[in-house]
Amino acid sequence: MLKIEQLSKVYKGGKKAVDDMNLEIERGEFVAFIGTSGSGKTTAMRMINRMIEPTSGTIYLDGEDLAKKNPVALRRSIGYVIQQIGLMPHMTIRENITLVPKLLKWTKEKKDQTAERLIELVNLPQNYLDLYPLQLSGGQQQRIGVLRALAANQDIILMDEPFGALDPITRDTLQDLMKDLQQRLGKTVIFVTHDMDEAIKLADRICIMHNGQVIQFDTPDNILSNPANEFVREFIGSHRLIQEKPSAKIVDDVMIKPITITSEKSINDAIRLMVKKRVDTLFVVDGQNHLRGYIDVESLTAARHTTTSISEAMEKDVFYVQNGTKLQDSVRRILKRNLKNIPVVDEEKRLVGLVTRANIVDMVYDTIWGDEDTENDGNSNNQEQQTGADEQQN
Amino acid sequence: MSDLNTFEQFFYYFSENGSYVFEQFITHFLISIYGVLLAAIVGIPLGILISKYSKLAGFIITIANIIQTIPALALLAILMLGMGLGKSTVIMTVFLYSLLPIIKNTYTGINNINKDLIDSGKGMGMTRLQVLYMIELPLSLSVIIAGIRIALVVAIGITAIGAFIGAGGLGDIIIRGTNATDGTAIILAGAIPTAFMAIITDVLLSFIERKLDPVKRHKKATTPTVQSLTE
Repeated sequence: MLKIEQLSKVYKGGKKAVDDMNLEIERGEFVAFIGTSGSGKTTAMRMINRMIEPTSGTIYLDGEDLAKKNPVALRRSIGYVIQQIGLMPHMTIRENITLVPKLLKWTKEKKDQTAERLIELVNLPQNYLDLYPLQLSGGQQQRIGVLRALAANQDIILMDEPFGALDPITRDTLQDLMKDLQQRLGKTVIFVTHDMDEAIKLADRICIMHNGQVIQFDTPDNILSNPANEFVREFIGSHRLIQEKPSAKIVDDVMIKPITITSEKSINDAIRLMVKKRVDTLFVVDGQNHLRGYIDVESLTAARHTTTSISEAMEKDVFYVQNGTKLQDSVRRILKRNLKNIPVVDEEKRLVGLVTRANIVDMVYDTIWGDEDTENDGNSNNQEQQTGADEQQN
Repeated sequence: MSDLNTFEQFFYYFSENGSYVFEQFITHFLISIYGVLLAAIVGIPLGILISKYSKLAGFIITIANIIQTIPALALLAILMLGMGLGKSTVIMTVFLYSLLPIIKNTYTGINNINKDLIDSGKGMGMTRLQVLYMIELPLSLSVIIAGIRIALVVAIGITAIGAFIGAGGLGDIIIRGTNATDGTAIILAGAIPTAFMAIITDVLLSFIERKLDPVKRHKKATTPTVQSLTE
């Protein structure tokens, strides 16, 4: 969809920001440009919407040369999200979201519909539409920043370190949200970052840049298992290379069968089922096994006196992972959010399994002591695992 | 008349010449407004221009600065040589004095806008003109109004001096008072409305200025009661 050929940018004074870059990006791909500061990643990205004009080389969008397009029309068809968010302080959230539609002269009804439809995508209430950006927290503002880049059905979205200024937990939430939106809406995203964890988590392919040159452009797994050179190895960091080993496993390998209940059953049924199966959490599903929520011992005791139906007592806000997710990601999620367990669902949100803390301990035990015969210095390995886990918790 | 104290004389003057004072008040106000309005018509576009072409900025602001350093009476006298006596000379003087605060505030107002807003506006596909009227002007409006406010308060003072070259206005009454024996009450009858006019203008325009400030305007608004699900 996007083809970059021999792209170079030389700034005044002869500094080569981007040097002979060649890339091809497919439709619906999530690509991360990563590198140290001054590596040219932002310059490369900004040449795609012609905020910076290339010195030489061409960029083709669906076979069309970008240099021949009108830059204003081009930018309206490409979403743009920056680290500083850049919401207009004098416009309401509604006006901010529908800024590009306004430039494209959509009717008022269409703009309102778009704003109302979009704000639901990022779990913010409708009445936020009439607030001003300063009344929102940083994380909420950046959600609106993301929506603004989606409002005119842009196919490509450029993001320049969009979550860099947010606190770790908000950043994590927004990363999940962004990945989910990108997959659901089938957008092509080009994402600039200097955070390797972020790139590994989000990107389908990572483009590592250094001094204006592309050092390696490949999937996260390939980069982690086959770093192109010493620079890449250093850049990703040795602890990640080690971490990657056990995470070759996916959640499907370790998940267990969860105990489920349907929402029309009574609380007493739920307690009986828990006692019988000796578990503290039941997952609530509908007739087609779609995950609806969960109910645990704590919420049961609290709700026992006020209601008898599970649908009222259950917790609807449930974190889950899709099957096929790398185990490492779910471990990170469990640790970060301090969850007891995390359900595994398929593409249609049908419950297929459950990963608990006990599963993970089993798995860690296997990787550390399970093959002690081949690993002579099991102790030092153990320590490295420990530091790895610590960093994740941080 | 001489058995009354100054305060009583002042009120006596007002009750006798109320309509005359009011007439001069209006003349005075209009001379100031016309001068400042002209300066705004010239100064705001000029301020926008020099915020785009920063090479011009130093030159234009220096010229406006030089004009500002000339004493008002001297400037009136110089212009009088060319333009003769009367209102238009005073309006011209007010115009020249108002240029600096208006140009400078427009320039600073636009230059102080967060560059990220301009960048995101441009990145979303705004033309240069759209960036100007959708982002730069709305966000610098309060600063521009502040410039007009300063200009207008200064203008009211200059118009008072303008009475020397026959422009009329409240300055006329002040001069009359200085020429009369025991004219304190007459001087006050001219000076107090002048001060009053300046203060009211200042208060009114700073109110408008605050109303137009996008940051101050929304800070105090109540935060919503509904919280998001995930934060």
